[in-house]
Amino acid sequence: MKRRKIDVRALPAKSAGALDDRFQAATPLRSLLNKVFPDHWSFLLGEIALFSFIVLLLTGTFLTFFYEPSLHTVTYDGSYTPLRGRHMSAAYASSLDLSFDVRGGLVMRQMHHWAALTFMAAIVVHMFRIFFTGAFRKPRETNWIIGSLLFWIGFLAGFTGYSLPDDALSGTGLRIASAIMLSIPVIGSWVTTSIFDGEFPGHIIMGRFYIAHVLLIPGILLALITVHVGLVFKQKHTQWPGPGRTEHNVVGERMFPRYAIKQGGFFMIVFGVIALMGGLLQINPIWLFGPYEAFTVSAASQPDWYVMFLDGSTRLFPAWEIRFDLFGWGDGYTIPPIFWPTVVLPGILTMLPMAYPFIEARLTKDKKAHNLLQRPRDVPARTALGAMAIMFWLVLTLSGGNDVIADKFHISLNAMTWAGRIGLLILPPIAYYVTYRICLGLQQHDREVLAHGVETGIIKRLPDGRFIEVHQPLAPVDEHGHGELEYAGWVVPKKMNRLGALGPAIKGFFYPIEKPAEAPVSPGHPPVSPVEPAQPARREEISQ
Amino acid sequence: MSTETEPRVEQEPLDVFDPRLTRFDIMREGARREGIEIVHYEAQYPPNSRAERRMTRIVASFFLLTGVAATAFLLIYSFGPWEYELGSNPSKLYTPLLGLTLGVALLGIGFGILTWGKKLLPREIAIQDRHDGPSATEERKITGETMIYIAEELGLKRRKALGFAALLGLAPVGAVAVAPLVGGLIKDPVEDRILFRTGWDPANNNGRRVRVTRENGTPIRPEDVSVGGQLTVFPGIPGGATNEHADSPTLLIHLRPDDAKKTRDTLKPVNQGSMWENFVAYSKICTHAGCPASLYEQQTNRLLCPCHQSQFLITDNARPIFGPATRSLPMLPITVDEEGFFVATSDYKVAVGPAFWERP
Repeated sequence: MKRRKIDVRALPAKSAGALDDRFQAATPLRSLLNKVFPDHWSFLLGEIALFSFIVLLLTGTFLTFFYEPSLHTVTYDGSYTPLRGRHMSAAYASSLDLSFDVRGGLVMRQMHHWAALTFMAAIVVHMFRIFFTGAFRKPRETNWIIGSLLFWIGFLAGFTGYSLPDDALSGTGLRIASAIMLSIPVIGSWVTTSIFDGEFPGHIIMGRFYIAHVLLIPGILLALITVHVGLVFKQKHTQWPGPGRTEHNVVGERMFPRYAIKQGGFFMIVFGVIALMGGLLQINPIWLFGPYEAFTVSAASQPDWYVMFLDGSTRLFPAWEIRFDLFGWGDGYTIPPIFWPTVVLPGILTMLPMAYPFIEARLTKDKKAHNLLQRPRDVPARTALGAMAIMFWLVLTLSGGNDVIADKFHISLNAMTWAGRIGLLILPPIAYYVTYRICLGLQQHDREVLAHGVETGIIKRLPDGRFIEVHQPLAPVDEHGHGELEYAGWVVPKKMNRLGALGPAIKGFFYPIEKPAEAPVSPGHPPVSPVEPAQPARREEISQ
Repeated sequence: MSTETEPRVEQEPLDVFDPRLTRFDIMREGARREGIEIVHYEAQYPPNSRAERRMTRIVASFFLLTGVAATAFLLIYSFGPWEYELGSNPSKLYTPLLGLTLGVALLGIGFGILTWGKKLLPREIAIQDRHDGPSATEERKITGETMIYIAEELGLKRRKALGFAALLGLAPVGAVAVAPLVGGLIKDPVEDRILFRTGWDPANNNGRRVRVTRENGTPIRPEDVSVGGQLTVFPGIPGGATNEHADSPTLLIHLRPDDAKKTRDTLKPVNQGSMWENFVAYSKICTHAGCPASLYEQQTNRLLCPCHQSQFLITDNARPIFGPATRSLPMLPITVDEEGFFVATSDYKVAVGPAFWERP
């Protein structure tokens, strides 16, 4: 048989052809390669969450090889001498082994914990971005709802995760969780005994939390994240207003090569930062807390940061308990005080944000689809509402650590509690008012610059002795010297060098001291669409 | 290569087999067929310019840095002092060095790739049509009619009995899926009154009164606790100090005489007879969320729960005087048996720990 020589150079083309014969991939692949993504730094916040999730899956899988989800009592005989000989659960002992007797186990455990904190932080900050720029509006309400769900499911993932080591801190958290379940009216005691298989802590809870933490919750997260990213893909990303940008196009870079390569680099950076934190910054040193015993607790028992607002609400809520008699059945009934701040409040905090896009659309009678983002200052009511929500959350979160604040700053603990109670009612409305005024002020200044021009810093003395500052109009002016530009929903240049009038920016040590205006598109791009009235201003601003 | 285009006009599709076309022309034509206009495409540096070579060197050195850091990681991982030793010694540096080298290795790839993408690839601006909004009216009509037609073919409207039968048949199947989950998990809290009983119940001790013991199981005599002192005690039954009896830890307090008098004078009916001389025993489990209310302030006679800062006044039935707790800490009825050791005369008279629906 004659052997044919393989032409190596033709191999890629041939195999690509063979694949296309079978899968007809050419057209869909090209449209994927060419898909255009708009770019802005704030669009990368969600990616941090996605990348942290990947790190969580990787490090978490490693941890499962060594962790033992059992409350069975063992006597510790590992390398950590201070705890040797102590009775503890197998869960805690295996977590200690993971930290001391598995080579590189501690760095993995700490990376896993830091990645979880980063995941939740990125979700929250990403949510702020979506909210304040109006990216949740039609047609993206579904993705907003999925995003809110991702927060709460991530919350559950975090809680089940840090309960697993069964150290003194996490056991206390678990006990509080059981008290929260107990407080639910009618079914509370049934729910608690069913979950713990009897009275707290029972014997089986670690196994149940473990399977929830490593299979059920990550499964739901993975499914929701897939839909979330898929919808962004399908509906195409929102973009900021700018030259050539309309509701009906996407201006940016094609996915390959530039956009994808930037994403890949960004993933490695997120991964690298988590690795640095996992190695250099100690987190959750369970060996210092000791095993969980129902009678031990220490002051400054704080949960992870994203749970602290619920801890705060629990601390601040007044001692209000409802006791009543139901037609003489039983011995009377109770709704414990912990029910309101830990069941009702999270319930409201789940439902209200999910309904927000529809509430806003109804109140503003805005049923149109929106693909252009809004600057927060242009929608003062929404921005102020967001500031109010953040203030509410901040007061609760700080109150979650009010014992530490009281201790470090020598303030009475009771005074801290009262400050939190009063602050929770008073500070959010103040935040609303202040934010609203700031937004209006910023809006007004934008209009002022459009009408009168940029302050040049040049003072002129008039013949009658008055001094005036010379303003540089942004465009031709009418007979009163007023510019005729309309506000275009994007940054108005407010300094001369942003108009290209003062020469190049001075180089600073790390970056230019006067940064050139961040143009919404790469510099040098000429206007594409036919010139609209607002066009000159935008052109001005990018052609520095 | 710098390419600028004039405003968009509908163009005839290019013949991509035309040998005069460059590869860029073909790529651009492909994009155009997707509704994408590449309006700006410009290399950042002239090919082979000094600036470009410099950028290439930077990217390359990032990758080399990664190689060095990753090798360092492997060396430290393999030969570093990984076994834990107490005290200040090189084993404490093992984890930080792993994190440092791994982090630098990953950041090296990250910054290398980013610099490559941002500095060496041409800048471009592409504009793609969104094709957003609803589908064409005609499309909606066709799909809608198709779906209604399918529903009609099933004939549920005409054959109502079929629908009911299917519903009646399938509903139990759904229940079948749920039943093992609910049935397997459910645990009755009412039957054994488990939420009302603790390890102090004489039933745990063959009907005899349960001794008050330390964590290690040794019984306690009155003289073991000094005046003004307190001690965490456990039921003297097997496993009494373990999490098996997580609701049983109790705080035994030896009150000063004047405080004891105050306490005795204010005793609630349910707590009458529960004190023994100047000793009083309260449940350590906070009635708010179940944390141990264990910070004892001797001067003010308060117990503070560190979780949510509820404060209980020891000299008045451990009544909550600050914070979110609503109920007093239950008092354990104690006495001293014939051998001179503390015993609980009975279980707690009210449920211990956080409240729940069925609790009176």
